[in-house]
Amino acid sequence: MSAVVVENLVKRYGENTAVAGVSLRIAEGEVFALLGPNGAGKTSLVEILEGHRRRTSGTVAVLGHDPEHGGRPFRERIGIVLQDGGLEEDLSVAEAVAYHASLYPRSRPTPEVIALVGLEEKARARVGTLSGGQMRRLELALGIVSDPDLIFLDEPTTGFDPAARRQAWELVRALRTFGKTIVLTTHYMDEAQHLADRIAVIARGRIVAEGTPTTLGDRHRAGAMVRFHLAAGVSPEGLPPPFAAAPTGWVEAPCGNPTAALHGLTAWATARGIELDGLSVVPPSLEDVYLRLVGEDATP
Amino acid sequence: MTGSPTLASLFWTQLRIELRLFFRSPLQAFFSLIFPLLMLLVFATLFGNGRMGLLGVTAAQFYAPALAVYGAVSTAYWNLAISVVTARELGVLKRIRGTPLPPSVYMAARLAASTWIAFLAIAIMIGAGVVMYGVTVYAHTLAAAAVTFVVGVGCFAALGLVIASISPNAKTTPALTSATLLPLSFISEVFIPPSASAPAWLGQFADLFPLKHFARAFSGAFNPSLHGSGFAWSDAGGTYAIGPHVAVMAAWGTVAVVVAVRRFSWEPRPEKSR
Repeated sequence: MSAVVVENLVKRYGENTAVAGVSLRIAEGEVFALLGPNGAGKTSLVEILEGHRRRTSGTVAVLGHDPEHGGRPFRERIGIVLQDGGLEEDLSVAEAVAYHASLYPRSRPTPEVIALVGLEEKARARVGTLSGGQMRRLELALGIVSDPDLIFLDEPTTGFDPAARRQAWELVRALRTFGKTIVLTTHYMDEAQHLADRIAVIARGRIVAEGTPTTLGDRHRAGAMVRFHLAAGVSPEGLPPPFAAAPTGWVEAPCGNPTAALHGLTAWATARGIELDGLSVVPPSLEDVYLRLVGEDATP
Repeated sequence: MTGSPTLASLFWTQLRIELRLFFRSPLQAFFSLIFPLLMLLVFATLFGNGRMGLLGVTAAQFYAPALAVYGAVSTAYWNLAISVVTARELGVLKRIRGTPLPPSVYMAARLAASTWIAFLAIAIMIGAGVVMYGVTVYAHTLAAAAVTFVVGVGCFAALGLVIASISPNAKTTPALTSATLLPLSFISEVFIPPSASAPAWLGQFADLFPLKHFARAFSGAFNPSLHGSGFAWSDAGGTYAIGPHVAVMAAWGTVAVVVAVRRFSWEPRPEKSR
């Protein structure tokens, strides 16, 4: 059974098309990451799934509801962790969590949720006094206090220090053991790689690739970068393609068929009694794949 | 907990949160509850216990109800507009839209909180007037004063939501509320009692707006020279009549509700594509 089904979704703001025909399915219990640069349309897409925005056309079913008309029965089953705040600063952490809990039919106990995000020591502190990272953890707490079936995490670790980031990842992993479906947006490739079962890369309002962290963009079939160093005085004459000598001595070439390329290269080297210093064969990183997929939209 | 919370319990939860937030924000509490009281002290000291202009009552007997109206209006209009726009800008409204709390229940709770705070403002003001300056409260006009209060606060809360709907951001909102409320307070028998020397056109101009009607209808309950319970349509012969005033406020309030419902936005404008 699918938690989310989207077909031919389009969202336009006047002349500007933010989502240009997206179709996707997210299975129950799956951690699904939407990866894309800023302005790619991922926030628009997620906000349509959350019921915050109206779509221009296409069909959307989230937990069997049309988010635009789902109302309370729909909202009682989803948890939203927002990207940019929306917290009353004059409430205490415990009050904010208890308040959110009281809006839902089945909620986790407030102290349990506060402990889950590691804010026990701040339970009585005013929200306005929290650090950026603590604030994000509180938002995480508010997103899960209602024990939702589907959780939206919009860039959940933006602004976290590395330790808090690890902690948040642990929490997301803990959530998945409860069998929760999680839809995650992020522009961190490592985050998607660590957390997600499936990744969709979105650019210019379209999904340009979809797959598991290992198969995304045919990464496992994409060949590899072969690299080595030729010692000074060694003649590069007869070096088999695609390799070509460079002034630094380092030779580097992407190989669609690394097995055959290596065979040719090593045969050339052994026939001349040459040792290839620092020979390495590196498959493309997820980052390489991502940058290739999103093209010039990529933000560093 | 099993089953969805009832609308009544959601309303109650939200009302308590709103009141808690209000009293934790010292500036808001000061301007709604304390500032009008300071003005009463100043005016009563300036004018002593002499008779005020056309009304023939003491300064405190005029200013306590007039400034009580000012306190109620600054709560319902000024505070509500600013706090709703701030909540929108901080994303509080958007967050609430993502929860099962129905928007109508949220708005009802906010209006109820404003009404309660406005009631406190009035009670504090009249109480202080009675204790410190011997202001007289008349039992036979209390019902009319209460009706005036409810319609007046409702009208100004709706106008506050109109300001919240048209105000582009939290910086602009105080300017919009001040620029409308303060000048009207000077010509609407709130800061200055009615006087024979004021040009007639100024009074007629003020009659177009709801503030003067709120002040007149409410202050009338404290004017010993008027007679009757207040539930009358005509003030001929010195009768205390809230009817026409309540009608004007109800008309303003109705139009304001329609405009606010049409134009209200839960997210900061403009809707951006991201």
